[in-house]
Amino acid sequence: MQVSIKRGEEFVSYDTSLEDATLLEILAFIKTDLDNTLTYSSGCRSSVCGSCSMRVNEVEVLACAYKVSDGDKIEPLRNATVIRDLVVDMDKSYAFNAKAKAWLSAKSESVLLDHEDEKINEVQSDCILCGSCYSSCPVYAVNEEFLGPFALTRVWKYVSDKREDATEEKVTDIQNNGIWDCTLCNACTLVCPQNISSKADIEKLRMKSAQYGFMDPNFASFGGGFGSFDGSPTF
Amino acid sequence: MSIKYDVIIIGAGGAGLTAALHAKESGVDVLVLSKEYPTRSQTCMAQGGINAALGNMSEDSVEAHVVNTLKSAHGQADEEAIRFMCNEAPSAVAWLDSIGVCFSRTKDGKIAQRTLGGASAPRACYAQDYTGLKILHTLYDKVLEAGIDILNEQYLLELLKAEDSSVCGVRMLDIRSGEVKSYESGAVILASGGYSRLYAKNSTNSTASTGDGIAIAARAGAKLIDMEFVQFHPTALKNSSILIGESARGEGGYLLNSKGERFTNELAPRDEVSRAIDTEIKNGEEIFLDIRHLGEQFIDDSLPQERKLAKLYENIDPVHDLIPIKPVAHYTMGGIAVDHKSETSLSGLFACGECANHRVHGGNRLGGNALLEIVVFGKEAGLNAALYAKESGVKTALKRGETVIDTIAFYKNELDFYAKRDYIGDLFYKNVGIVRTKKELEEAQTEIQNIKQNIKKFGVSDSSKIYNTNLIEFMEFLNILDVAETVVSSALAREVSCGAHYIVGAEDAS
Repeated sequence: MQVSIKRGEEFVSYDTSLEDATLLEILAFIKTDLDNTLTYSSGCRSSVCGSCSMRVNEVEVLACAYKVSDGDKIEPLRNATVIRDLVVDMDKSYAFNAKAKAWLSAKSESVLLDHEDEKINEVQSDCILCGSCYSSCPVYAVNEEFLGPFALTRVWKYVSDKREDATEEKVTDIQNNGIWDCTLCNACTLVCPQNISSKADIEKLRMKSAQYGFMDPNFASFGGGFGSFDGSPTF
Repeated sequence: MSIKYDVIIIGAGGAGLTAALHAKESGVDVLVLSKEYPTRSQTCMAQGGINAALGNMSEDSVEAHVVNTLKSAHGQADEEAIRFMCNEAPSAVAWLDSIGVCFSRTKDGKIAQRTLGGASAPRACYAQDYTGLKILHTLYDKVLEAGIDILNEQYLLELLKAEDSSVCGVRMLDIRSGEVKSYESGAVILASGGYSRLYAKNSTNSTASTGDGIAIAARAGAKLIDMEFVQFHPTALKNSSILIGESARGEGGYLLNSKGERFTNELAPRDEVSRAIDTEIKNGEEIFLDIRHLGEQFIDDSLPQERKLAKLYENIDPVHDLIPIKPVAHYTMGGIAVDHKSETSLSGLFACGECANHRVHGGNRLGGNALLEIVVFGKEAGLNAALYAKESGVKTALKRGETVIDTIAFYKNELDFYAKRDYIGDLFYKNVGIVRTKKELEEAQTEIQNIKQNIKKFGVSDSSKIYNTNLIEFMEFLNILDVAETVVSSALAREVSCGAHYIVGAEDAS
């Protein structure tokens, strides 16, 4: 099994005898047996810690959940500073959670959740912050202030939580460099290892925003000639 | 110039973040230092649940929770500490609920609960099989709201002491830059996790669970207790040691041998189930977990992770196939001795979570009590460290010379520590594992002592300052060696069987 791994500016090829192995197993073998300097992050091996996100043949994967094929090309995530080899600095994308105020702001004292309510944001709360979505996002690639997919999904998680009393305040915080900047291209959905669609969550946040009278600024910039916002998708 | 905070917390899993929130709330400034990122901590792997006698599904009581926990602890626990934890459990769960944890719910709007091994009632509150993940991420969100400072990818090198020998800071390696920095504080909280990776690939844990905080606290003179108590989880995937959570058995899964026979009570405490499996394996049987009868819809609803991981690592689908399993190291009950204020034997040093030993698990931890412990005692550690720091103020640390990194630079690097790390893992799995004999323990002890005597023959190949994981992994290896030595010497000192520490032919102390 031969793989090539981007290290700095160049791809380096490694031959391993492992068959039917996950990419993480291959990386660990290279690290311990072939080249101690290979640098990557890993943790749980079971797709819940989000450490080993990277790109294989230009698509984001978790190394622990990807079975390697001969000739695979391995690269670090995009749209983040590479610290070394396959390790990128996640601090910047993680900071968007704080910027988007992705937390429960005002808990209702009266609302009781039941089994149906649990399902409303179950998938959103499966997020492992692996950052695959930011790597795949063409908007974040050109606008580094864009709040981005996982932060907006997290906001939707709390906005859709029936216990949240401050939903208007929460959607107010994601109007700028937020939900209206997304092009709904769906790239984030396709790469999410947890089957989360940030695109769909952003659409739901747009609907919620419209209920509070927020408008798509892309419409407003046309001199208001489009009349009232009817809730239909922007593109 | 060093950086100063009232309270410094090492580790950003469930215990560290809970401690941070409560310390901050009591008015001190807090810095959290993590060798990873908070949401990558071991807590994210906890699946089964968090125990609290809420009685939401059927009748339950705090007293029953206490009795079950005491029984499983095999006489090695502090009843007062257990009583405190079980009493606090309902309010701990209420607190998690109040900050937004998405617990699974019943139809009538209560937090759903399920039965885990050794519990007399459905007591574990859960969030599908992502309980730890969802608790950890919600804590992280709250820490961001509270504006608590977190520095990621910082590796603990040593504890710093003041002139009065109290602990008043830490020396850290910034993994990204390779710089060594000192941080001074009023108090330090270790929330740095357990040491299951001593067993290397024979462990369910994250590769990060290398007992760093425990080894470093011991080097500074902190007392460790009950290090021989290591919990082997009965059901990990046979090839990869990936955990199949206890909920699979709690919900009605069976254990079968090669003949297709059930051979044990699946809901007995983990040590008993693991020993029953070990006996079967030694008789030449292969062991399987069978959840086929639970049905596809139920499995997808309640055990989605398990299905995905079994397909990935074993190429089988639990809906249609038996799951091949073996018991592996899962949780370490032993750790840094703490008092009822979560303070260690060193003044100014507090500990919580798996690195600490509050003596609530004793010889064997019950499923659902680990997440409970990190929330209940994370809070205590946070509050007590804050109180301590308010009284003591930020102290000045005595100057220190070389770090371990400077020492390692002179090691010869003739022998491969990665191979030795795996070797120790296999040796301990066999000799200091589920079933022990004095002779095998002594063999393991001699082996560890030999490796330690020859430590300068090992070393680091990578000379980069930037993100040198070869260096980090070698320092983790050094910590593992110290922990291993303590585990085996504690195991030899306890000549009777007790809970997870089972000596062949010895009297059962419990």
